[in-house]
Amino acid sequence: MSTPESNPPPGGEKSFIHFKDVIKEYGDLRVLDDLCIDIDAGEKVTLIGPSGSGKTTILRLLMTLETLTAGYIWVDGKPLWHQHKGDRLVPADQKHLREMRKQIGMVFQHFNLFPNMTVLENLTEAPVRSLGRPKEEAVARARELLDRVGLAEKESAHPNQLSGGQQQRVAIARALAMDPKVLLLDEVTSALDPELIAGVLAVLRELAETTDITMLIVTHEMHFARDVSDRVMMFDKGKIVEEGPPSQIFDAPEHQRTQDFLSAVLGAR
Amino acid sequence: MTGLPLVTEVPTWDMDFALEILPDILHAFLRYTLVITALATLLAAVLGMVFAVIRYSRIPILSHVTTGFVQFTRATPIPVQLFFVYYLLPDYGITIGAVTTGVLVLGVHYACYFAEVYRGGIESIPPGQWEACTALSLPQQTVWRRVVLPQAVRKILPSLGNYVISMFKEVPFLVFISVPEMVTVARGIGGDSFRYVEPLTICGIIYLLASYPASVAMRRLETRLEHA
Repeated sequence: MSTPESNPPPGGEKSFIHFKDVIKEYGDLRVLDDLCIDIDAGEKVTLIGPSGSGKTTILRLLMTLETLTAGYIWVDGKPLWHQHKGDRLVPADQKHLREMRKQIGMVFQHFNLFPNMTVLENLTEAPVRSLGRPKEEAVARARELLDRVGLAEKESAHPNQLSGGQQQRVAIARALAMDPKVLLLDEVTSALDPELIAGVLAVLRELAETTDITMLIVTHEMHFARDVSDRVMMFDKGKIVEEGPPSQIFDAPEHQRTQDFLSAVLGAR
Repeated sequence: MTGLPLVTEVPTWDMDFALEILPDILHAFLRYTLVITALATLLAAVLGMVFAVIRYSRIPILSHVTTGFVQFTRATPIPVQLFFVYYLLPDYGITIGAVTTGVLVLGVHYACYFAEVYRGGIESIPPGQWEACTALSLPQQTVWRRVVLPQAVRKILPSLGNYVISMFKEVPFLVFISVPEMVTVARGIGGDSFRYVEPLTICGIIYLLASYPASVAMRRLETRLEHA
């Protein structure tokens, strides 16, 4: 974690999500190298690049699953990993992190549903225990979301009774039950059998088109990325190589690294 | 010719005597052996959980003290612990009844084993479960009570069951502090009647009848949970 500074660095209010000089290291390995990112509210951004290029780390930093080595991240005008103490920024305490997390939801590659709970309980647990919503309200909202992901009839099933695709749709609904402002999607179709991917992508497409949730997407589904993203960022070795609207990145990539990556990924199909 | 009389004192089974003493032995079994096992299991289950959470949470001094206590308790035999609590603590002004001492010593002793089992159970929870809890900003208490412990318990139930069976068979140690559990009563009957065969055989049969089905049931549960 970075050391406190006497003055909060400027730029906190500029954009909805703001990375300033973010560095993440695992031992000697630098996975994010002095990264600056700005993302607007409601924007759908896809992160592409070879594995180990730092895409997933960005999502994990936003979800506070990894700690920051240096730099600052702002979400909706508030520092994520720091808090104000007088006019200084100091490392955030657990209470601040908990509050910040409530605005951010994440869907994982391996779903991570709670196997000891029913589908409905998976969706109501956090709104009730974390946001303090009344049980009936949480149940009503959960049913609405299950209907939306096409699994209304599965509410009393346990996760292990569902297919991978169904589990992932439940996981998406579970994240949405918290009404997050930001939704992080970390390779959500990578662990699925090919025939189950379409159903999950359809749910996400609908979500991207009909909501103003800010979405950060790490995926290898390039057609999906092209369809839903406002912007695509190409990563390599912890830096952004190139970014722009999907039409530019996919149809006319400027950098050799992007061209190589895309032809490798698309050529493999 | 009249030689020395042959020693024909080979113990024989006296059915009438056996039936006569059976109610007393059975009573001691139900009233003490089973009840003490149940209460000590309850204590071990709760206290073991406390030990495990303290050790796992890495609370500075408390975690070290708990670890030390657990190691110490596991490394000393139950009879020594019984003697210590029952005969030595009164010198320091702490007097505890025999039955309570039995429950306390067995319960605390097995809590130390339970704690290790719980720890294994907690460590078997995939990291993704913890991450999901963070992503949903679940309060710490909810994480433990609703996600981690329910999943851990399913995985550790078989090992806990086996420890309970082994504790059950160690209740006769309480003969050292004169708790009137089954073996103590059997020994008493033997002393009074000079017939040890019947009372001790009955004890053995009762133990066999109780613990064999229990261990078979535990093995079944084990396979059931593995495939669940």
